[in-house]
Amino acid sequence: MSSVVEHFPVLVVVVSLLSAITIFIAGWINRKTSCYISIATLFGQFIASLFILHHVMTIGPIYYRLGGWVPPWGIEYVMDALNAYVLVILLFLGLVCVIYSKRNIEHELPQKVVSFYTIYQLLITGLCGITVTGDIFNMYVFIEITCLSAYALIAARGKIALKASFTYLVLGSIGACFFLLGIGFLYAVTGSLNMKDLSILLPPLYGNRVVLAAFVFFIVGLSIKMALFPLHTWLPDAHAFAPSEISAMLSGIIIEVSTYAFIRVAFSVFTVNFIKLLPIFEIISWVAAIAIIVGSILAITQSNLKRMLAYSSVANMGYIMLAVGLSTSATRYPWAGLTPASMHILNHALMKGCLFLVAGAFIYKGNLWEIKDFQGLGRRMPYTCAAFVIAAISMIGVPPSVGFASKLYIILASLEAKQYVFVAVLLLSSLLNLVYFWRVIETMYMKVEEGTDHIHTSHVPRDEIPLSMLIPILTLSSLCIVMGILWLTKIPIPILNRVNVLFGLVGGP
Amino acid sequence: MIGITESLQPLLALLCPALGSILILIFGKRPNVREAWTLLASLFQFLIIFSMVPTILDGGKIVCHLFTMFPGIDFEFRVDAFGLLFAMTASFLWILVSIYSIGYMRALKEHAQTRFYFCFALAILGAVGVALSGNLVTMYIFYEILTVSTYPLVAHKQSSEALFAGRKYLAYLLTGGCFLLGAVVLTYSIAGTADFRPGGILTGTMASHSMFIILFILFIIGFMKAAYMPFHSWLPTAMVAPTPVSALLHAVAVVKAGVFGVVRIVAYIYGVDLMQELGLGILLVSFAGFTMIVASLFAIAQDNLKRRLAYSTISQLSFIIFGVALLSPMGVTGAMIHIPFHGFMKITLFLCAGAILVIAGKKNISEMSGIGRRMPVTMLAFTVGALGMCGAPPIAGFISKWYLGWGAVQSGHLIFLGFLLLASLLDVVYFYPILRAAFFEKIPARELLLGDQEVQVEVFSKKPERLEIKRPLYWLMLIPLSITAVFSILFCLFPNLFYIYGLVQVAIRDLFREF
Repeated sequence: MSSVVEHFPVLVVVVSLLSAITIFIAGWINRKTSCYISIATLFGQFIASLFILHHVMTIGPIYYRLGGWVPPWGIEYVMDALNAYVLVILLFLGLVCVIYSKRNIEHELPQKVVSFYTIYQLLITGLCGITVTGDIFNMYVFIEITCLSAYALIAARGKIALKASFTYLVLGSIGACFFLLGIGFLYAVTGSLNMKDLSILLPPLYGNRVVLAAFVFFIVGLSIKMALFPLHTWLPDAHAFAPSEISAMLSGIIIEVSTYAFIRVAFSVFTVNFIKLLPIFEIISWVAAIAIIVGSILAITQSNLKRMLAYSSVANMGYIMLAVGLSTSATRYPWAGLTPASMHILNHALMKGCLFLVAGAFIYKGNLWEIKDFQGLGRRMPYTCAAFVIAAISMIGVPPSVGFASKLYIILASLEAKQYVFVAVLLLSSLLNLVYFWRVIETMYMKVEEGTDHIHTSHVPRDEIPLSMLIPILTLSSLCIVMGILWLTKIPIPILNRVNVLFGLVGGP
Repeated sequence: MIGITESLQPLLALLCPALGSILILIFGKRPNVREAWTLLASLFQFLIIFSMVPTILDGGKIVCHLFTMFPGIDFEFRVDAFGLLFAMTASFLWILVSIYSIGYMRALKEHAQTRFYFCFALAILGAVGVALSGNLVTMYIFYEILTVSTYPLVAHKQSSEALFAGRKYLAYLLTGGCFLLGAVVLTYSIAGTADFRPGGILTGTMASHSMFIILFILFIIGFMKAAYMPFHSWLPTAMVAPTPVSALLHAVAVVKAGVFGVVRIVAYIYGVDLMQELGLGILLVSFAGFTMIVASLFAIAQDNLKRRLAYSTISQLSFIIFGVALLSPMGVTGAMIHIPFHGFMKITLFLCAGAILVIAGKKNISEMSGIGRRMPVTMLAFTVGALGMCGAPPIAGFISKWYLGWGAVQSGHLIFLGFLLLASLLDVVYFYPILRAAFFEKIPARELLLGDQEVQVEVFSKKPERLEIKRPLYWLMLIPLSITAVFSILFCLFPNLFYIYGLVQVAIRDLFREF
């Protein structure tokens, strides 16, 4: 007897799509409903994703055939450990951001509330679709849905954001074209689009130039989407000028779902045997190492908080891709294979989500964009700033935060791969992180405003953001510590280990 | 004979400052309640730590295993004699410094006191965590907590000078932390474990000698908190912090966490035999000897009292490294025993410096003429501390120097004894001017006349020499510094007070089985 959970993969996508339409119609009648519909939908989706994860971990992968068509003719949705895990992360952050957005969007985009939530829900639909699908063309379609909604959301603020959005549109479309070309090449040689089917048909063709070219197209296309250095140029502006909850989603989820897509293509369509034929992962890890350093250095030079965070995201994509690059050479439990990479996907979502939401809180309260304007905020907005500090020290990698766990795992993986340079790069990057985050913390808490000689007596009135914005921020920041401890206790590691087993990257306790 | 006891005591000892810090935050608006929590937390912590002494003295170990992080590395506390010694010192002095800080912070009407007490408790959490950790990774975690939580204390004043000090502090110590993390994971990948074991864990592993030497250098850079030269300059700069911070953190918790780490590496990761085989002992001794002497020379040149004490700390910390680097039983004894003894003496000196600052408003030695007559009790305590630093009996410093000297002789290189004696002589050179100014120089007439400008002198202008006992808050400062001074003397007469000597002997027996 099949459990109802086996229908959840498709429901997660369809409900989200229907909710987008519902919001649009209901919003016509009453604007205020749109936010609540969105929250309710995302909450439902999040619960469903938890059920899916539980099902995958206890019973096994879910295969859902759309319309009952048998693959490779029909589209198949496949839930295994990796995408169930990513789905939970993405819906969680999506939920947190939508709760946060209620007050913020009323404040920032009062005229566009309905369209904002409609497009937001489409964005979630796209992201869920990329994650659940087992069909590579279907994945392309969802990538396009995601990116198109992202272009619209980035442009929502108008003015300078339009330029940022347009840059992203151009580069994103180029990336999508590369991805589509890759699919076309594969289809030309195999005649199939189903991932599982492709992975069976491809091995005899591994030496084929067309297949190699397809793989390179996938890498380039997705590298643009995930803003891997040196293809990151669209990212800083897009992150900086989007509404903050969208920045959080862009940085915490959208570019990370692209890394998920990369992992999926590399390990499910091509396989670990193919990757071991070529030095491609070695090249990726070196590029990623450069991304870490360059991203961090560029972040230091920024004076605008959101731009700084955006460059920090470039560096963090470097972390993830470095971990992906090491995945074939690290085989010892518990840092074997994709564990550090998947771990950092979650960790980065928590940290960067929190940081961008805090940046949004400063904009909400005082239209503060520049770091130098943050003087005295530590007293005015104590909870928000405390959350920022926790997330920032997580980024620096102070134990026992999530950042420390990722750093430790990636370092151990690179030690096993005998890549001592990467150890040095990671350690150096945590110092660079220190430089740019500490500057902000120092300004918020320590700098005394010019003119006033001392702060002995000055009582700054408290001016906190509304509770519905504060709670998401505090949730994320406390998770930065809680998850950090959980990673060290290795409680969630079995999920990631399942991923390694799935892709034939050996590893077991 | 060696029994391992599973117990939650180490965890409880760490919960005290952890809960304390939360309660301090909650009661931030009510100073009296807030300070009561600080005192309670420190008191309970000391009692819990002290309750572990009997087991350890019997040669047992107390283990508190929480979870496994990696194969071969657990998150666990493993209390041995040496760790307990450090934990006891830190937690006992925390009680006294808490009392002192109430007086100090209130007398100066310092701002952001809640932040101060909160971070203080966290820093103690870090220091005691370092002391009780059972392996390098656990230790690293607490070591970093200690670094970060101390930053707001160093930059407390928020003046541009304090901000600079804070930045320098973080830049030095977190860079050190990165090297340490590198060294820790490298050790793990070589040895497959990172536990502290008497005799070391690296002996018999496959790595080459040059690898061991590189690793050792990484470790030593990692423990930059030990403030050896040339990586010392963060410590004098950090003296802009309020005095209780300088006292506890920069004479006991932070810097001692550094030397504690060095001792752990030398004796419990490398092991005495391997150190000798690699010739690393000589290297470390030369480093330490250099610092001992040069830091003392630097100290002579300082006019700011706290900065002079900071250089004195740098020099004295190297005595500890020196002792352990001798790799002889007596040298290690001297090093271990110097951790609590130096802690008590140096804290006395710092507390006195703070008292002088609060009461007389003086920072520089050149202004302190005749201060001994105005603040007799304080300066008496200061004298005890200063003489102790020089190694004069009957003060605790004598005992540790005695063992260090003995250790130098035992190591067979008499030149090391020369280092030690020269450094001790220089201690006299930089402390003597302070004592002379305090007791043998007259209070400048200008100060007696113009003294009216200073609030304190105005109130008690008739009998300025009895200044110190009339201010009620001052009692809160005077009592702790008297206690530490008295203990500094008692430790010389009864080295086994608080079982210090007993604990050191247990540790030495573990390390040098044949001894």
